[in-house]
Amino acid sequence: MSQADGLVASHPAERHDLGLDPGQTQWKSRLEALLGEGARAGADLVEVFLERTDHIGVLAEQDTITSVSPAFGMGAGIRVFKGHRDGFVSTNDLSDAGLLLALDQALAMLSLERNAAASLKAFEGLKPLRDFAIDKHQWLSQSPDLATSTALLLQGTNLLERHGKHLDVRRGSYSRDWQEVLVAASDGTFGHDIRLHQSSGLSVLAADGEHRASIGRRYGTTDRPDDLRNWDVESSAIEVCSSAAKMLYADYVDGGQMPVVLANRFGGVIFHEACGHLLETTQVERGTTPFADQVGEAIAHSAVTAIDEGLSAGAFGSISMDDEGMESERTVLIENGVLKRFLSDRAGEMRTGHARTGSGRRQSHGFAAASRMRNTYIAAGPHKPEDLISSIDKGLYCKSMGGGSVGATGQFNFSVEEGYLIENGQLGQPVKGATLIGEAKEVMPRISMCADDLDLAAGYCGSVSGSIFVTVGQPHIKVDSITVGGR
Amino acid sequence: MTTTPSTAASTPLNVHALRDQLHALAKRDGIQRWDLGASCSTNASVQVDRGEAKQMKASQRSSITVRVWNEAGLVGITSTSDLSQSGLEKALTGAKEASRFGNADDVPGFSPLATAPIPELDRPLQPAQGIQTLLTRLKAAEHDLLAHHKAIETVPYNGLSEGSSERIYLNSDGALRQMQRTQASLYLYARAEEAGRKPRSGGAVRVALGSQGLDVQGCVEEAAQRTISHLNYQAIDTGRYLICFTPEAFLDLLGAFSSLVNARAVLDGVSLSQVESLGTSVAVPFFSLHDNGLHPGHVGAAPFDGEGTPTQRLCLIHNGRLESFLHSEATARRFGVAPTGHAGLGAKVSVGPDWFEVGTSEGTSSGTTHLHHATTTEPFVLIESLNALHAGVKASQGSFSLPFDGWLVRGGERISVESATVAGDIREVLNGIVHLEADAKVTHQGVCPHVWVDGLAITGEA
Repeated sequence: MSQADGLVASHPAERHDLGLDPGQTQWKSRLEALLGEGARAGADLVEVFLERTDHIGVLAEQDTITSVSPAFGMGAGIRVFKGHRDGFVSTNDLSDAGLLLALDQALAMLSLERNAAASLKAFEGLKPLRDFAIDKHQWLSQSPDLATSTALLLQGTNLLERHGKHLDVRRGSYSRDWQEVLVAASDGTFGHDIRLHQSSGLSVLAADGEHRASIGRRYGTTDRPDDLRNWDVESSAIEVCSSAAKMLYADYVDGGQMPVVLANRFGGVIFHEACGHLLETTQVERGTTPFADQVGEAIAHSAVTAIDEGLSAGAFGSISMDDEGMESERTVLIENGVLKRFLSDRAGEMRTGHARTGSGRRQSHGFAAASRMRNTYIAAGPHKPEDLISSIDKGLYCKSMGGGSVGATGQFNFSVEEGYLIENGQLGQPVKGATLIGEAKEVMPRISMCADDLDLAAGYCGSVSGSIFVTVGQPHIKVDSITVGGR
Repeated sequence: MTTTPSTAASTPLNVHALRDQLHALAKRDGIQRWDLGASCSTNASVQVDRGEAKQMKASQRSSITVRVWNEAGLVGITSTSDLSQSGLEKALTGAKEASRFGNADDVPGFSPLATAPIPELDRPLQPAQGIQTLLTRLKAAEHDLLAHHKAIETVPYNGLSEGSSERIYLNSDGALRQMQRTQASLYLYARAEEAGRKPRSGGAVRVALGSQGLDVQGCVEEAAQRTISHLNYQAIDTGRYLICFTPEAFLDLLGAFSSLVNARAVLDGVSLSQVESLGTSVAVPFFSLHDNGLHPGHVGAAPFDGEGTPTQRLCLIHNGRLESFLHSEATARRFGVAPTGHAGLGAKVSVGPDWFEVGTSEGTSSGTTHLHHATTTEPFVLIESLNALHAGVKASQGSFSLPFDGWLVRGGERISVESATVAGDIREVLNGIVHLEADAKVTHQGVCPHVWVDGLAITGEA
């Protein structure tokens, strides 16, 4: 029986409840058969991404659990490359027939078809498995059960009540995302991994008459089953309540051009939006980055060194291998202001020539991988945070950031959740309603001081390959001038 | 064997078999009360880059959401992408497990309208053209767009897609809803740059029931005009301005603050409205707002919501007065009204708008009819689109601070605005509307005229 016959002949019933552990299933032979079919059809490369997921989301409001939402699933994404083009098909059907149908569709997109004997290049089979999941099979069962997570969230909303004032709404949320992946490609790539992400957060809406403030904090880690159990929920509640109390009566900021100091941790979103996305080969391909031809040139102030780290222990954006089966690495993007590397995935390497960096990431099997950030941060500098503030006569201190985005022209924006005026080198009154906008080429040279207190924060990043877990980070930094949108 | 990628409506879900299957499984597990929402879809899309195919995609997706009520009457829910017998069984088990943590204070029930007649929608299913045809059309569209101006060098964001989907709802009381639809979309966002100047961009979107029905030429023309019109940009002075929102921009803003009319948000305390807000004035007297999921221009229209409640046209604001909220079964029960057809499906059911219609209340007028975005000579800022709504809107506070694309218009001349934000409070916006133009535009998000608001703060670089 040929490999193809084997694929077609398998019973549809086997599509379900299949684990992806290649040590316990026949996935290797099934994948080799599939990849062989694609290679013989004339594809330059065929890649299969298999996924199994188990998610739980819990929400507590006031003193009640109001939502428990389990979800699970599995699926495959098949991508075929020919020249600089690629075709991608995703499906929930993991039967042999289902996978073959998806392969046929992907081939047809590139005007290829099976049994055409188009290629003399033989597929040499998969290499020995690189199994990053060896020690991870117990993670799901080691993660907190519903009783534990619901109890902790209720403890959190109770602590908010205890530490806060004028709180109309108190919320605690928790999500646990378990994902098992198996990646195989016709260049022999064969990798297996299990990822575990947990995220917990507290948020409040404080209201007093016409005054209102909504404040939230989210914490997240990867690969740590005990994360939620170790969560210092009281410190989190105190932090949220403290910020809400300060922001409740804050005035709206007056807009204009001014120097700003961005706090460490989630302040790192400025680099993520202003520059990080522009250093992905996806942007080089599109012609939407101003830095495309500037490797080796100064693109930022000499105070700036920026890194995209795949393996920061426990950090939300850490990955053992990327979603194309490549082991993760530490990538120095900018060193002392000089552009060193771009973040590249398989397609990015093929289309732009920038070598892969283990940065091919995707939300799920429904997306083709693309070059994406992992744990991205600006390195610590020599200053103390207070040095940055004291160097400013009149400006803005951004203690906590909201989300942001960057557009096709490289203009970025992000919102300030908790801000304070800086007057005569001192922190002044709290202000709200600020949005920072600018362009990377102009702003990166204006990051003139970095403090010595680098810290990371968990977040989610939405882009061409979906929403993924990332970390942003930085020490306190000073931007000499930026547009602050306000009233 | 070669399979040509196609999005032709796939074999319909066997809803009766699914119901019988679930009924048997539930009976076996002693579950008396349950409901289910399921969906299946196929989609194909293409992207191009300077005349070459860049990435082509297709997908087949399926999902089920099952809810069960346990012996104590509490609700649990589970979702899965596995529509097989074992997937269904696992989902049912998961839902039963989750029901132990159901909220006794707010138990969703079946919609009393889940078996009521549903409206007839005139949305004929359109045949798929196939991915190679999509590719050819998109290449031609990109070529046309690039030819419009020498400064337009790329169309970095583009896509042409077509797909079909099916959705069902059924419950243990005999409700059985099923619908199929097809949909296609095209988006083109060009990037232009002139020597010594910053890059600029502009774009347009079209949707239709099928890819054959897409207004490709109109999309190309609009994307080109918008991109070119932003080339001659200038910084704007910080200050307060007379603003004219395009229909798309105003619908975006309104959508970001839809918690104003969302009963779930009201009950949760995160809306600017309270239960007592019904009947009070929330906007200028000539302003009206409806939600009409049945509008003929709504390509993605569905005849029922996640709980099986029929879709309807609902008056939310009339003569500036708040008339109604959007409801699920649970929120409607709390308010003592009927569900409105705006629910999702969950342990805690979400509520959301479908298709806004903004207009002037019948028999009323702003009295400032001299304002028109094409002819007004006094200076104003025409806001074409708002960016980063996910970050710059504080819905529970009412405030927003958003980057925008637009023009400063003086004496009919449009000068593109460089790097600026607009900020304000949605309550001030609704009460500061000075005029709604007569001609409402059907967009892919809703129906709305150009909306004029006075005195909003703009921060620029000048």
